[in-house]
Amino acid sequence: MSVALHQHPRAYPIGELLLAVEDVSLSFGGVKALTDISFDVREHEVRAIIGPNGAGKSSMLNVLNGVYHPQKGTIRLRGKSFHDMVSHEAAAMGIARTFQNIALFKGMTVLDNILTGRNLKMRSNFLQQALWWGPARREELVHRHAVEEVIDFLEIQHIRKTPVGRLPYGLQKRVELARALAAEPTILLLDEPMAGMNMEEKQDMCRFILDVNDHYGTTIVLIEHDMGVVMDISDRVVVLDYGRKIGDGTPDQVRGNQAVIDAYLGVTH
Amino acid sequence: MANRGGSSSALDTLDTFPKLLLHHAKVRGDRPAIREKDLGIWQTWTWRHFADEVRALACGLAEQGVKRGDHLALVCDNRPRLYAMMCATQCLGAVPVALYQDSAAAEMAFPIQNAEITHALAEDQEQVDKLLEILPQCQTLKHIYYDDPRGMRHYKQPELMSYERLLALGHESFKRDPAFVEAEIAKGSQDDAAAMFFTSGTTGVAKGVVLTHLALIDRSRAAAEFEGLTDRDVVLAYLPPAWIGQNIFSYAQPFVTGYCICCPESAETVMVDMREIGPSYYFAPPRVLENLLTQVSIRMEDAGAVKRWLYRVFMNLAQRVGGALLDGRSVGPLDRLLYAVGDFIVYGPLRNVLGMSRVRVAYTAGEAIGPDLFKFYRAIGINLKQLYGSTETSVFVCIQPNGQVKADTVGPAVPGVELKFTPQRELLIRSPGLFKEYYKNPQATLEAKDAEGWFRTGDAGYVDPDGHLKIIDRVKDVGALSDGTLFAPKYLENKLKFFPYIQEAVVFGDKRAQVCAFINIDMEAVGNWAERQNMPYSGYTDLATRDEVCALVRECVEKVNADLAQEPELANSQIHRFLILHKALDADDEELTRTRKVRRGFIGEKYATLVEALYSGKDSVHIEAKVRYEDGRTGSISADLKVRSAKTFTPAAAKKAA
Repeated sequence: MSVALHQHPRAYPIGELLLAVEDVSLSFGGVKALTDISFDVREHEVRAIIGPNGAGKSSMLNVLNGVYHPQKGTIRLRGKSFHDMVSHEAAAMGIARTFQNIALFKGMTVLDNILTGRNLKMRSNFLQQALWWGPARREELVHRHAVEEVIDFLEIQHIRKTPVGRLPYGLQKRVELARALAAEPTILLLDEPMAGMNMEEKQDMCRFILDVNDHYGTTIVLIEHDMGVVMDISDRVVVLDYGRKIGDGTPDQVRGNQAVIDAYLGVTH
Repeated sequence: MANRGGSSSALDTLDTFPKLLLHHAKVRGDRPAIREKDLGIWQTWTWRHFADEVRALACGLAEQGVKRGDHLALVCDNRPRLYAMMCATQCLGAVPVALYQDSAAAEMAFPIQNAEITHALAEDQEQVDKLLEILPQCQTLKHIYYDDPRGMRHYKQPELMSYERLLALGHESFKRDPAFVEAEIAKGSQDDAAAMFFTSGTTGVAKGVVLTHLALIDRSRAAAEFEGLTDRDVVLAYLPPAWIGQNIFSYAQPFVTGYCICCPESAETVMVDMREIGPSYYFAPPRVLENLLTQVSIRMEDAGAVKRWLYRVFMNLAQRVGGALLDGRSVGPLDRLLYAVGDFIVYGPLRNVLGMSRVRVAYTAGEAIGPDLFKFYRAIGINLKQLYGSTETSVFVCIQPNGQVKADTVGPAVPGVELKFTPQRELLIRSPGLFKEYYKNPQATLEAKDAEGWFRTGDAGYVDPDGHLKIIDRVKDVGALSDGTLFAPKYLENKLKFFPYIQEAVVFGDKRAQVCAFINIDMEAVGNWAERQNMPYSGYTDLATRDEVCALVRECVEKVNADLAQEPELANSQIHRFLILHKALDADDEELTRTRKVRRGFIGEKYATLVEALYSGKDSVHIEAKVRYEDGRTGSISADLKVRSAKTFTPAAAKKAA
């Protein structure tokens, strides 16, 4: 796959430390999902978390957005540490995500689904919205405009009014990305954005991820199975295996890391 | 400014497109000129806005060195900015050349070199990339403007400039010298080249057809008057701008009448946008109409039993009386009542789904349209009509008038057009809308247009007793039977192919006493039919040699013969004998061209024994033939093909052709 990545100076150069994960451990009963994981994410960076099945990638993502609460360790966002963050607080802090097994409202249209991504930005109360009067009406126009920008950006105008359940898988993934983008996140967490896609859909998705990073400057943390894709689009990669971090660095460094090669290809004991 | 008075009177003559634009900005400045759906909402440019944009753009282009007689390429989808650029180019006396956006980079090189294009408008990064790729071969191309800045941030080439930047340059320049544009516009005359279109070039190299302001405006006006178009009409601009028809319907005619055109959001949203806009004037090539009908049929098959029954009953009624009602012929009161009911519960909603609720005039052209397809749209109350024309004639040569629509003719000549035929039946046209020349190709111009201004169309046809033009074939394919009567193979083949059971047909008859035909059955349609008859079959060859299938095809052939008997010119071309080929004709076997046209001569030689059998009176013929599979392997098929005779009919009382 040839995705031209960052051949040019970036509009948003990689900046300050944005998110730091320090010694995080997470277990479910006796099962240790994550053990002493530390890594960091810099502003405007594309950061990948990879690893074989069951390595703890999705658990890590769930910790980042407050779905799971680690037993040990801290997470700092812009230097501010938090322990028991709940997911809506994470969203309020500018963390948006997509899910491995698409979590859209199947019976609702694409447009309505993406509008739900604006939920946290809506200020008018229930009554105003029900009457669609005054501020509620003005507000909806503003949100609709924001949603249309995203629709245009991800090139899904033709399915604007289509119920999500009727769409093919690749497009549903794109709609999910659109919903996350509609929240105007500073950090976007993508859980296997390319899983189950064919080559062409993967290429499209890669381009959109890079475009989002380039155009909005969104920091992206993604989990991915497909090594090729990850190496092409990420700035830095964390490698997990059995809940432990076994590698961290640029794609080239990771590719040459013996522990990573062993984890992926197996090793004779 | 001594000639200020003079220039303003020159501006009132309305003989060029920029002058028409200024006129509309003056008389209907607040009426919509172009709408475009942007970010989900239809945005409107009024005529005044359009004129302001064009003035500024023209100043910008002049700053960038565009001069009278220069050529400017437009590689852009239907967008307000495309049309603004087109008009701005014309303001300066330069010539816009729209290119197909889906062409590969290499295909764009020829027009750019041929027309020595100096400036180009590219829609987005994709088109910019293509132009940059061929830049080394196109020395003349110095400036590329792009509309959509997305992804363009990293491009540092000196040739590039954004549309916004060009417009800003233009606004500055306009402020410095506001009189400049109008003076330039006033210099334009009707005999200047207004646009250039590259013909597709199925025969040899592409040629640049140069059309003057006079030609385009005259034909647009004639057709608009013919149909009574007004500034209240609405058109959806959805076909490629590089095609003359799109230019006529979305640029020339709105400039003449002042109606509004609407640009869809993207190619995928055309259906939805069309429903939202509800155009009153519509053009579609037959393949688009066919796709729409297929979608309707598929959705009807999925509908519930009651709806399917209603649809069937009312469509039968519509087929019977719909066309007659549209033509204003007399229909019984009961049928009228039933049709009104059907209009309420079936036809109206169907027209709405198709986005054709408000269509007053719809045209189709470009290729032969199947009579069933044509009648379907007319039956549900859409005034679909055929027209005849080409790039060289500024489209309008013949149009079917309201109330006199026949499925197999293209109507009488539009006012101003003269028709004439050579002894070989080639149609010659003289009209104010004829092209000026093929660009830098005097040889070709001379071959196509004689000194008296008659244009050779290459089409063979005749004018029927009602004065309607009927096109039968390309002149080079037309032959004669041994008794000297006309033999038009493609016309016969098309007639056969309009039956769903027949996929391809090849007819023979040139210099022979009778016409005979090879038939390819349509595997899907005939297969379905066989299943409904509970007829087991193993494959194509098996089906093709069945007596039942032969009988089915014979019915089709006899219907064609009955039709032909009604046409004095073609009555002798009735098909006497036919056989169904043992395999589908295939481009891999060189029997079809890559664009799926039959290679009649090649097939005649390859299957000489079969042709022989058709004319020898044998009942069946054995064939053993090599076939090449898609992976390159070869195999052989052998079969006993049945040769069947079809009933022919005595010609209708020969009427004298007008």
